[in-house]
Amino acid sequence: MMKHESIETNAGLLIVLTLFVISIGGLVEIVPLFYINDTVEEVKTAEGHDAVRPYTPLEQAGRDIYIREGCYLCHSQMIRPFRDEALRYGHYSLAAESKYGHPFQWGSKRTGPDLARVGDKYSNDWHVQHLKAPRSVVPESIMPNYPWLLENDLKYSGIAENLKALKMTGVPYSLSQEEYDANVARFGAEVADTLDINNAEANLMAQAAKGNFDGNPNRLTEMDALVAYLQVLGTMVDFNQYDESYFVNFR
Amino acid sequence: MSETSKQAVQTTGHAWDGDLQEYNNPLPKWWVWTFYATVVFSIVYWVLFPAWPVGKGFTTGFKEITYKTSSGQEVTTHWNTRALLAEEIQMGAEGVKQREYLEKITSSSYEEILSDPDKMAFVRSMGKVMFADNCAACHGSGGNGVMTLYPNLVDDAWLWGGEIDDIYNTLVHGRKGYMPAFTETFNGEQANDVAAYVLSLSGIEGDAESIKRGDVIFNGQEGGCYYCHTHKGTGMKSLGSANLTDKIWTIADVPGVEGYDAKQAAIKSVIMNGVSREMPAWEGRLSDSTIKMLTVYVYSLGGGN
Ligand code: HEC
Ligand code: HEC
Ligand code: HEC
Repeated sequence: MMKHESIETNAGLLIVLTLFVISIGGLVEIVPLFYINDTVEEVKTAEGHDAVRPYTPLEQAGRDIYIREGCYLCHSQMIRPFRDEALRYGHYSLAAESKYGHPFQWGSKRTGPDLARVGDKYSNDWHVQHLKAPRSVVPESIMPNYPWLLENDLKYSGIAENLKALKMTGVPYSLSQEEYDANVARFGAEVADTLDINNAEANLMAQAAKGNFDGNPNRLTEMDALVAYLQVLGTMVDFNQYDESYFVNFR
Repeated sequence: MSETSKQAVQTTGHAWDGDLQEYNNPLPKWWVWTFYATVVFSIVYWVLFPAWPVGKGFTTGFKEITYKTSSGQEVTTHWNTRALLAEEIQMGAEGVKQREYLEKITSSSYEEILSDPDKMAFVRSMGKVMFADNCAACHGSGGNGVMTLYPNLVDDAWLWGGEIDDIYNTLVHGRKGYMPAFTETFNGEQANDVAAYVLSLSGIEGDAESIKRGDVIFNGQEGGCYYCHTHKGTGMKSLGSANLTDKIWTIADVPGVEGYDAKQAAIKSVIMNGVSREMPAWEGRLSDSTIKMLTVYVYSLGGGN
């Protein structure tokens, strides 16, 4: 029989066996996620399209700023299925709602409130004021000021490449006519247009011009992108269409 | 350690530096048994709860849970945290108690709620929490608002009306406060005159000639302020146009500055820049009973007139 002595005195064997034992934990947790579809809820709009869509170029640019500024260090985006969280933040987060988020922003550190459903809760003006100087609207706040978001022009020249990279991870942005047609069937024409990488820059500018998220129609700032992103969080699924039992079946 | 016990324990057989040896002790019994216990625990866990991935699904476990959906239907399914939440909300002691109160709020008229100390105690405690979670970011935790940005809900002045129905409509549909900017319309002197007139409406007197000229602009076609603020300057509930006669200010920071000129400048800046601010709609985001409760809560802060 192999005694532990023979393992401990053989460095090569020890390394191999250590890696083997450690990898069991990782494999058991991670590998199933790649092929289990039963845990990702299927949610549709009233018209029968996929409710959860990839971020538009402007929202995606805002998401990158969110990550750059480290907002995730204080904010989670994951409402857990507990009563107190349901009362405060709304319906618990679905797996489907973050399926296009790379890297996901679930987090577990809540120095500030969860942001998974902050979209549409406040006005654009409030977000701009709050990001510029949180204490001017919430005197008790300990959130840092982000005044440069209003001063910096949004750099969007890399947005198409950015979306291409996300496409490689499985996010359905479209490049070819075929992919575009598939998106029309899946998300509807209006959404499919925003997912077309060939028009990424034009789409980004059009959404910023229409939404005027930062309150200054003459400039396209980082604030435009970040507020556009915040305003879409948690708004894609219409929970009135489903009752509890539907989502329960996925756990 | 004594000679004898040293010899009783096995060593690894190595000796460093002449006499340095390493014991080869077995693991302590308590540790080994705890380890076995965790193994047994995990097997029991796998049997009872959702655990192993199988094909495209997973083992759901044998433990069951029964909950009621919001439509009152009883559902029994394998145990999971989502079902547990549904059970807790529908059947848990706290959830049931809270729902009973909310149902009382839903089924009572506003007069009944306002005259019942028990219901009002509930409105004040839960209303305060819901206000803190949803409204305080703009209106402040006490409802005092932020001068120039968000209106004070505690005072007796209302843009859109302070009666129960007004407040309810404000919450359900949201409000957009809009006044055009007059930079294109007025030159500096005209703006000064109108501002002087506006100040005089709430008893802050300035140059009589200037006020007279301002009156003409305010109540004439040139300014047309009276369209929205009325000839008296008391404002209109249907437009949310501020009452300019009540000494209470929400956008022009008149009380916050010293001296006539600074007060005039504060008014002037509102006139030249216009106003556009938004109170979000809460229908769909908050349940109907919560909106009703918040209506009573806000009304109790500074409602009526
Ligand atoms: C040091 C921790 C910290 C960081 C970093 C931080 N926040 Fe906050 N945030 C808070 C706190 C605390 C609050 C609650 C008080 C308040 O509203 O300001 C908050 C509130 C918010 C809210 C309002 C949430 C609600 O429901 O009321 C939003 C939106 C928000 N933060 C966005 C951001 C964004 C975007 C960033 C990155 C640019 C960011 N925060 C970075 C601490 C932080
Ligand atoms: C994004 C910021 C924001 C949030 C959040 C917000 N409000 Fe408001 N609220 C406003 C603004 C701005 C106005 C003024 C609208 C106008 O200018 O006419 C307003 C007006 C009101 C009014 C009417 C005041 C009047 O004088 O007629 C009431 C009542 C009110 N809010 C209650 C609430 C309640 C209750 C909540 C929480 C459910 C809430 N608000 C959340 C910004 C906000
Ligand atoms: C289209 C309608 C409209 C017209 C025209 C208009 N106002 Fe207003 N005014 C409003 C509204 C609505 C508000 C309140 C805005 C809010 O609360 O968001 C307001 C607010 C104000 C305030 C701030 C009051 C406070 O409490 O801080 C002043 C001062 C004012 N108006 C003066 C004028 C003058 C002077 C004119 C004419 C030159 C004028 N307004 C024309 C709609 C109008």
